[in-house]
Formats: sequence, C-alpha cells, structure tokens
Amino acid sequence: MNLYAIRAIYRFEMARAWRTLTQSIISPVISTSLYFVVFGAAIGSRIPEVEGVSYGSFIVPGLMMLSLLTQSLSNASFGIYFPRFTGTIYEVLSAPVSYLEIVVSYVGAAATKSLILGVIILATAALFVPIRIEHPLWMVMFLVLTAVTFSLLGFIIGIWADGFEKLQLVPLLVVTPLAFLGGTFYSIKMLPPLWQTVTLFNPVVYLVSGFRWSFYGISDVSPTISLGMTLLFLLTCIAIVAWIFRTGYRLKP
Amino acid sequence: MSTMIAISGLAKTYEGGFEALKPVHLDIREGEIFALLGPNGAGKTTLISIVCGLVNASAGRVTVGGHDIVRNYREARALIGLVPQELTTEAFESVWNAVSFSRGLFGKPADPARIERILRDLSLWDKRDNRIMTLSGGMKRRLLIAKALSHEPRVLFLDEPTAGVDVELRRDMWQLVRGLQADGVTVILTTHYIEEAEEMADRIGVISRGEIILVEDKATLMHKLGRKQLSVHLQDPLAEVPATLGAWALERSDDGQILTYTYDAERHERGIGDLLNALSAAGIAYKDVNTTQSSLEDIFVSLVREKA
Repeated sequence: MNLYAIRAIYRFEMARAWRTLTQSIISPVISTSLYFVVFGAAIGSRIPEVEGVSYGSFIVPGLMMLSLLTQSLSNASFGIYFPRFTGTIYEVLSAPVSYLEIVVSYVGAAATKSLILGVIILATAALFVPIRIEHPLWMVMFLVLTAVTFSLLGFIIGIWADGFEKLQLVPLLVVTPLAFLGGTFYSIKMLPPLWQTVTLFNPVVYLVSGFRWSFYGISDVSPTISLGMTLLFLLTCIAIVAWIFRTGYRLKP
Repeated sequence: MSTMIAISGLAKTYEGGFEALKPVHLDIREGEIFALLGPNGAGKTTLISIVCGLVNASAGRVTVGGHDIVRNYREARALIGLVPQELTTEAFESVWNAVSFSRGLFGKPADPARIERILRDLSLWDKRDNRIMTLSGGMKRRLLIAKALSHEPRVLFLDEPTAGVDVELRRDMWQLVRGLQADGVTVILTTHYIEEAEEMADRIGVISRGEIILVEDKATLMHKLGRKQLSVHLQDPLAEVPATLGAWALERSDDGQILTYTYDAERHERGIGDLLNALSAAGIAYKDVNTTQSSLEDIFVSLVREKA
C-alpha cells in the first residue's frame, strides 16, 4: 500500500477545497439556508406536522441529503475530471499507485468534504428549527455511506465526461430531479398510491427515508431496506469503477 | 554494463487502427544517455508513454530494472521519472507543494532538504511560494523536471525537453543531465534536434513510423559522420569498373556516368591522389570531381526517407 501517495492526493484535493472555499462550503450553506427560509418558514408554517414532526424539522434530513448528494457528485467529478482536462493526470497514472489507492484518495477526499458540509448544514439548520437525533450511529452510517457512494458516482462521471457540459449533465438532469422527487421535502405517503409505487424505483427515496428515520424514527420504507438499497447502490458504483480501471476506459488509450 | 530497460516486441495499435509502434526491440543500458531521434509522429511519445504506464501496449513486454511494467508496476514505476512534452501543471498550486506532492505520490517520505536542493539546482528556489500559473514557460519546464526528480528516480525520461526552450535553459538542462549521469541515472531523451542528440547522447536510436531503424553508439555514428565521398563525373559512361581500380572499391552509378569512392577523411589521405592518377592511367577521362561529407542529419534523413 502506497500510503504516501494516498496522503499526497488526499491532501492535494483537500487543499483545493480550501482554495475554493466559497464554492465548496459557503454557497451550499447559503442555498440550504434559503430552502429553510422558503420551505421551513414561509410555506412550512402553513403545513401541519408530518407524523408528529414539525415541517421545518421534517425537511432537515432531506436537505442534508440533497446537499450531500449534489456536493459529493460535483466534488468527486471535478476532482478527477480537472486533471484529465489539464493533462496533469499523467503524473498519477505514471506513479507507483494502484487503482484502489487512486480511488480511495480521490473519493475519500470528496466524501470528506461533503461530510464536513453535511455537518455544517446540520449546525445551520439547528439555528432555525429544533432537531433531535434518535439513532446517531445509524445517522452517521447513512451519512458516510451516502457521501462515499455519491462520490464514487461522481468519480465515474468525472472519468466518463469528455467536456464540461457532460460534467454538469448527469447532476442536473438525473440527480437533482431524483433528489427533489425522492421525498426531500415531503413524505412519499403524501403522494397518490400510483406515484408512491413509481417513487420506489428512485434510489434517493431510500437514502432520505433511512436518514430521516435515524433522526425522528419515522420512515417511508423500513430502515433495513434503506440500508440494503444504499449498499446495493454502493456496490454497483464500485463494480463500475473496477471495470473502468481494468479496461483503462478514458484514462489509458 | 547491465540493461536498465528491456523492450521486446512492443507494439501499439490505437483504437481506430493507427499503428503507432510496430514490434520494437530496444535495450537501454544502465547509466547511459540515450537519445531517441525521430520526426513528429514517429512513435517516440507512444514508446515512452507505454514504459511509464500512460498507454497500454497492444503486444510485447517491457522491464525496468528487471521489473515487468505490468506485473510489477510498483517497483518499475518507482524507478522512473517522467518529464512530459506538454507543459501540464496544476495552475493554482505553489511550486513547493507541487514538487512535494510528486515525491509523496511516488511513495517517498517527505524530505524538505532534498526538495530544497532540487529547487535550487533548477533555479526555482526563489519561486517556491509562487503559484504555478504565474511562472513563465521556461520556469514551468524546470518545475516539471523538479517534479520528475523529486523521488530520486534511477531512470529519467525527457520527452522533447528543449522544445520551445531558450538557450540558457537548454544549456542548464544539458548540464543537469550530465550531473544525473554522474550519479548513475539512466536518461532517455526524445528529440528531433540532431544537435541535441549529438551534444548529449552516448547512444542514439532513430525511430520512424513506429520502427526503430537504427541504434548506434554516438562514437560510431560520428565515425560515419567522418566518412567522405568522392564522386567522379565521367566524360563517357563506363560499362564496368576496370580491375586496376579494384583497390578503391568504387561504386558505379546505374547510368555509368559517376564513380563514387567512399573514404575515411582521417585515415586515407593519399587515397584520392592515387585514385585520380589511376583513373588517368586507365585512360578514363572525367569532367568533374566533388566531395561530400555526410552529417548525422543526412544519415537521419536518408534513413527516414528510405523507410517511407
């Protein structure tokens, strides 16, 4: 194991986050605060409690997930796409590092950043609404699993993309809609029965539901199924990354 | 001298069918400076990229320091430093961080003293805290060299190191390469400047259209360089070279108009006079005589054209 290399890449990526502090931390915090103002205070005051939780508190786990998903994706995809774009990736590819070490360091750094962000958002939310966490261990587990899974997905997108446009395409056209339709701002039990069934094909539903359960003990689907689906998604991403490195797809001609 | 890099049957066909390397065999000896000479698109960068792990080979095998570059890639790559042709740098990083990053990436513990020495050697010390994007092109080139040397490689690849580089940096670079050689580092440089190969290399390989068409000690090549040719343009075509002129191993042109005598300018100074006397004695009249000296460039051009 080339630990020096993992540390070098990890620190390099984290340093990049510090340089782009506004983009990576401040802007998501501001946008989340805006969601609280709009959905929590303005609209939420007209919405009754959801399963015994005030609407403002109810949306906190969903909002954290929303930021976690989008930030993991953009951090990880940019982190690997940019060196490909500038050509500096040559150094990593010519170094005595295994594919596993490359993934661990890039994805680890991206996941760390989004975890930090998640905690900051939680702290911000606590300023607006009362929050309780019934199952802290589960909460941390869902948080870490989601950050890692979506950082892996971002890594895949960053390797697949051959232009800045494609880099934005998947987050914008696939992930954001899935996140909004995944019960971020509502319980899927509020939907008509047909749509409840359709929603079950949306992986984000399981993440949000499991995560919300770890907060308030209420969920749309059982937390075990949520965990199972998250792990399944994680394994799928790992399999794709393994394939990418085995074939050298978009990395080695 | 032992072999540092052994390349056998190495071939590369890119997706889309472009055959960048035909099966190539090449041994690089430990501690030598090897110049790989060839026109643009000859396969120089492809060859280097495969050895460094940037491109997958279609066939063949490469070992570096006895380590297979695919099976024992860690051991093989730890020995190699690569200075790429393009000035690819992390725009926002500082010089110091970028070089330290490279050292870590190649699995070496931090060693600020060594990095300081490298930066001083390359006149980058004053710029250590500067962001890379503020550096000039020449400084970026120095930085890429510093990065490649940060992990104390035993083999250094310089891909077109002096393309677009001013005279001062070129001279610095040559000095640096000689210093590395003194430390026993093997240096492989690609270039299409013949003077550079002449100035620096112990051995020269010529590559064209994916094939290595010549590998020779520079001394041997220089010897060829010392060869001169005397062309005698005859008054009347000659059907065959008379036996009395056999000692000069003359070549007759197809139309019989020109006789060519190849000689070593340093050794057979009297050959020409004797030949001209012998021609007169044989009653062969000539209207013109000229001598040519083949330069490395001529050899190179003719080799490349021959294969084209």
